[in-house]
Amino acid sequence: MNQSGQIATRVGTFRIGDIVLVALGSDIDDATVMEMENSLTEEISRKNTTGVIIDTSQLDIVDTFTGRMLGALTKMSRILDARTIVVGMRPAVAITLVELGMPLVDLETALNVDRGMEKLRYSGPGGGFG
Amino acid sequence: MNQPTPSQFLASTLEDGAADILEQWIKEQSNEGVKRADVLDEAEIRDRSKRFIEILIDAIRRTDAGERFDLTDEAWTPAKNFLRAEAGKRDDAGIAPVEAAGYVLSMKGPLLARIQSEQANKGHDTVAMVLAASRVIDQLALFTTDIFLERRDSIIQRQQREMTELSTPVIQIWDRIVILPLIGTLDSERAQMVMENLLEAIVEKEAEFAILDITGVPTVDTLVAQNLIKTAAAARLMGAQCIICGIKPKIAQIIVQLGIDLPDVITRGDLQGALVYAFEKAGLKLVSKES
Repeated sequence: MNQSGQIATRVGTFRIGDIVLVALGSDIDDATVMEMENSLTEEISRKNTTGVIIDTSQLDIVDTFTGRMLGALTKMSRILDARTIVVGMRPAVAITLVELGMPLVDLETALNVDRGMEKLRYSGPGGGFG
Repeated sequence: MNQPTPSQFLASTLEDGAADILEQWIKEQSNEGVKRADVLDEAEIRDRSKRFIEILIDAIRRTDAGERFDLTDEAWTPAKNFLRAEAGKRDDAGIAPVEAAGYVLSMKGPLLARIQSEQANKGHDTVAMVLAASRVIDQLALFTTDIFLERRDSIIQRQQREMTELSTPVIQIWDRIVILPLIGTLDSERAQMVMENLLEAIVEKEAEFAILDITGVPTVDTLVAQNLIKTAAAARLMGAQCIICGIKPKIAQIIVQLGIDLPDVITRGDLQGALVYAFEKAGLKLVSKES
């Protein structure tokens, strides 16, 4: 079983103003995903949150479960009135998701955290960050 | 005294008559027109031919040149290396494979003549000996031809690799905008290459817009169209947008007839249209000086 210490290295959650940044590790197991869904939704509703950025730049292994998780997180955040952007996805991961038949058309994406922030800042609901 | 095996006999024949065979062989090479003194050095030919006979003797000694003759045996490695070098030298000099094989084959005459005169003295089974000698020489000649084929194959592979690299250039034309102009027919291998190159370039150049200009592509098939769509979908997941321009009327017809949907893809008639779209989305504006 994974110790909580290990889980922490796999997913990091940070808050910057009214934006929550979630950094995913290189591979995440199903238990971590469940844990993350809980902690992220709680973090969003704990304080006023307008945007969520999910950084997938470290992620290099995906399966349908992870793909579904990305879609689900986006929807959950949206229900909680936070705009969610998935950033930094690697080519191999993107191709895999497409090959798995999960193009995730609802997902908002950006090249990296910077660009994600930019998107939230200029067109986010309620003015967003800054 | 026991009857010597074909191998033993062949080796001793070669050894005893080495000087004689060498002379005859070189003469034969001239007669057959495979010596090529015009491109290869005379003294070197003699030297190398002599060396080859020595290698041959050694290899035949260590292996079975009879029924179970096997060129993949380790004992033949020096001979093969020698022929590889010889064939390489001939190939570089522009000599045809047939002539390089002829170099080895021309040894057969002198060797068989020697066997015959040797047989007259000892009275062994001539046919078996001749068969053994032929087997060795023929196999080595075939091996020489093989080397030429190998070299050709490696050239073809290298060129193919270079061609695919050359044929999928990714050009950054502006901040956040890259263009990939495609020319020539897209087969699925190349389409795959395009996909990988483009996605890598998106990461490397932090490009938000990737323009695929397929003006130079005469036709596409289902697989390739499918691949373009996958590329667009993957690019979107990475945070970039694909714009395809220069779709020929024929290709538009094919895409619709194949029932392929282009959901994530913005299409524009020409490169100009695609550029204007990308500029606009990137917050840039093109204005004429007069206005």
